Amino acid sequence: MREKIAIGLAIAAAGLLAYDLYQIFLVLPDEAMQGAIYRIIFFHVPAAITGMIGYFVALTLSVLYLSSGKLRWDSLAASVVEVSVIFSVVNIVTGSIWARVIWGIWWTWDYRLTSALVCVLIFSGYLMMRRAIDEPTQRARLSSALCIFGCVDVVIVWKSIEWFRNNHPGPVLSIRTGGGTIDPAMERMIYFNLIALLLMAAALVLVRTRQEATAREIDSLRRLANAA
Amino acid sequence: MDPRNFTFMFYGFLAAWLIVLLYVISLARRGARLKKELEDVRQLVSSAQSGEAARLEDRVR
Repeated sequence: MREKIAIGLAIAAAGLLAYDLYQIFLVLPDEAMQGAIYRIIFFHVPAAITGMIGYFVALTLSVLYLSSGKLRWDSLAASVVEVSVIFSVVNIVTGSIWARVIWGIWWTWDYRLTSALVCVLIFSGYLMMRRAIDEPTQRARLSSALCIFGCVDVVIVWKSIEWFRNNHPGPVLSIRTGGGTIDPAMERMIYFNLIALLLMAAALVLVRTRQEATAREIDSLRRLANAA
Repeated sequence: MDPRNFTFMFYGFLAAWLIVLLYVISLARRGARLKKELEDVRQLVSSAQSGEAARLEDRVR
């Protein structure tokens, strides 16, 4: 059943992405100041939002684990974090390529970029730590604590373009600005791509969660074999 | 229009898809490895359990 849902989500994501790519490349015009390179925003921004949503979902799951002690919440949190890190990396890499053209540099240590990099490093550390700890309960408890700590940085990433002066552009989505900063057709495409990436992320999380369940089964069978 | 714009836009989209593709490949490989590991451990458990059963039978005799 879970595999069928994952396949359904992946097909829906692929269909929506095909439509989005058609719109992005063949329908929407170049941006007046930036030219063609602005199209990177259609993956850069949705990838960032997908990653952030994922981290907050993982935060909720970590709190659920700490309050209930059920390991399946921890497994789900780990799956969500792993997929979110991938989307955060997509966000940073695409942003860096955009910056090379618009700013003339690949990277600058401003608040937004630095906090986003720190966020990827924290959650990469989360995934590495999980590999280093064999005992499931200890692993889950420490991972949940680190996830909650990491989400503080996610809030800094999110709000840094409002709190600090940055090289990074300020908020553009009308949900944050009240409108007037981006063409409605372009903004709509950002949301369409966000839905596509969220569907893709959900499919990946389902696959990853299945693997976590298999790993838990292997672990319990190993203990059974040792006991026998 | 600066032609570098198109080149870098292509790099951006290529990088985004490449990262996702590499992750999907790693996920598929990990899934296959776990499946094989699960089969191996199941065999190990069944052989361990049959060995234990044989020992118990010996003790009863």
